[in-house]
Amino acid sequence: MVTEQTTRGPIDRISGALHHRPRLRLALLLGLPLLWLVGVYGGSLLALLSQSFFSIDDFSGTIDRTLTLDTWGDLFTDSNISIAIRTTVMATAVTIAAAIVAFPIAYYAVRFAGRRLRAVFFVLILIPLWSSYLVRVYSWKLILAREGILFWFVDKLGLNFLLDAALSAPGIGGPSLSASALGQFIVFVYIWLPYMILPVHAALERVPTSYLEASADLGARPLQTFRTVIWPLAIPGIAAGSIFTFSLTLGDYIIPTIIGDSTPFVGLAIYSYQGVAGNLPLAAAFTFFPIVIMGVYLYVARRVGAFEAL
Amino acid sequence: MKRRHLGLRLSTWAVLLFLHIPIAIVGLYAFTTESSAFTFPPPGLTLEWFGIAWDNGDVRGALSLSLRVAATATVIALILGTMAAAAVWRRRFFGREAVSLFVVLPIALPGIVTGIALRSAISLGRIPFSFWTIVIGHATFAVAIAYNNVAARMRRTSHSLLEASADLGANGWQTFRHVLLPQIRPALIAGGMLAFALSFDEIIVTTFTAGNQQTLPIWIFSSLVRPRQRPITNVVALFVVALTIIPIVLATRLTRNTEGTSG
Repeated sequence: MVTEQTTRGPIDRISGALHHRPRLRLALLLGLPLLWLVGVYGGSLLALLSQSFFSIDDFSGTIDRTLTLDTWGDLFTDSNISIAIRTTVMATAVTIAAAIVAFPIAYYAVRFAGRRLRAVFFVLILIPLWSSYLVRVYSWKLILAREGILFWFVDKLGLNFLLDAALSAPGIGGPSLSASALGQFIVFVYIWLPYMILPVHAALERVPTSYLEASADLGARPLQTFRTVIWPLAIPGIAAGSIFTFSLTLGDYIIPTIIGDSTPFVGLAIYSYQGVAGNLPLAAAFTFFPIVIMGVYLYVARRVGAFEAL
Repeated sequence: MKRRHLGLRLSTWAVLLFLHIPIAIVGLYAFTTESSAFTFPPPGLTLEWFGIAWDNGDVRGALSLSLRVAATATVIALILGTMAAAAVWRRRFFGREAVSLFVVLPIALPGIVTGIALRSAISLGRIPFSFWTIVIGHATFAVAIAYNNVAARMRRTSHSLLEASADLGANGWQTFRHVLLPQIRPALIAGGMLAFALSFDEIIVTTFTAGNQQTLPIWIFSSLVRPRQRPITNVVALFVVALTIIPIVLATRLTRNTEGTSG
């Protein structure tokens, strides 16, 4: 069929011209997004860097814009370094716990659940992932409160002594679960768990059934198959999930504000330097910690193949 | 066979309960008659807080601001994300990898870094806080969401469709309108819904770009830090959960259905 091209409008001429100039077409497509990303986001990152070379005037509390290394000198104090270490420990613990909790559900969904059940699982995991983060943190304030459901439940079961033992443990305890490091840890794991389940699920889904059959045919027991076939293929998925759980724990300041014993975390320190203290230069310099820790983490994760599993 | 995996089944359902009980708790507490503590079980149930929350001017103002910000950021993200995805689609050019890395950087770095970075730029440029400073913060990560969705869809769309369209005499706009757009529409709708839900819920970045303005998450956060009007907070929490779940369930249904039909 021949199209009736009686007139060629301006759009035809423009698109014809663009067709013969792929570079111009590329520039037009990329121009606006790049301008946005490089201009707004890249520019902000540069502003962040330059801000860290400013300092705060102790008397007036205003930002002094002469370049100095004073703020960086204030950054590497013992207390700030211990904040970074404590945050890294928490992020590591949360990541490991999330991997342990996520693996069985992902494994069950892939290996044993039928098509319908698998679709149901998928939605049931997505709902907590996408339903309001802030409200889910809040829900734990309701759950962990002294008069709340968890204490009520523990009381009904007569397990008070267990809870009291956990709360009186040094380092993780506190006056109540909602004011303890233990409670904080539970909430972190809860909030970021779906970010671990989905990549592990995706990695397990890519293990061909024929591998498992081959392994069984060659005489491997189920546990052997798991250890030598399934587990190595699941590691990239766990590594991919851990990027989320680790990075999100590292930068979070909402959970430490609402739940826990108010010991500072990296995110909380940045937040309060910026807000309460009004020391934007130190807050900017403080982002050095999460950026460097994440950089190291991403480098390691890449080596174990996390990016192929994202 | 089934008995063998009893432990696995139990732990699976336990994890699902762990994920969903807190959301159910939020639903329950919106109806409690108690106004100052979190007693379980609630001493009584009532609907009165819904009316009181609806009449609260702060809540309505915050809700309206959040909806306007999310809508604006989503539109910007869809336009810029689609353009970036189209640019890197089936093309090799210098800096292509850098472009795709840079687009996802805002979601790879911890949110607080993005937040402080934008706050630094605002301070450096002496830009007054406004509706648009919030929108810019949200659009930076929303672009990444839109880009990811559209780029994934385009990877599964054959380039020869466009060549066929051009051979049949369609101009660039017609090809986009009648060939490419129908192909990527599900990705646009799903990406748009995700971007909207994320923006509506965002607090980490917003804190640094909002100044004195209150979005709904900022209102919730401030009423958690300084507990006041607990019943209203409970109702708002339930409302926000409902409002974010509905688009997500729709979006997953949408992408699944189209994947089924297009193979």
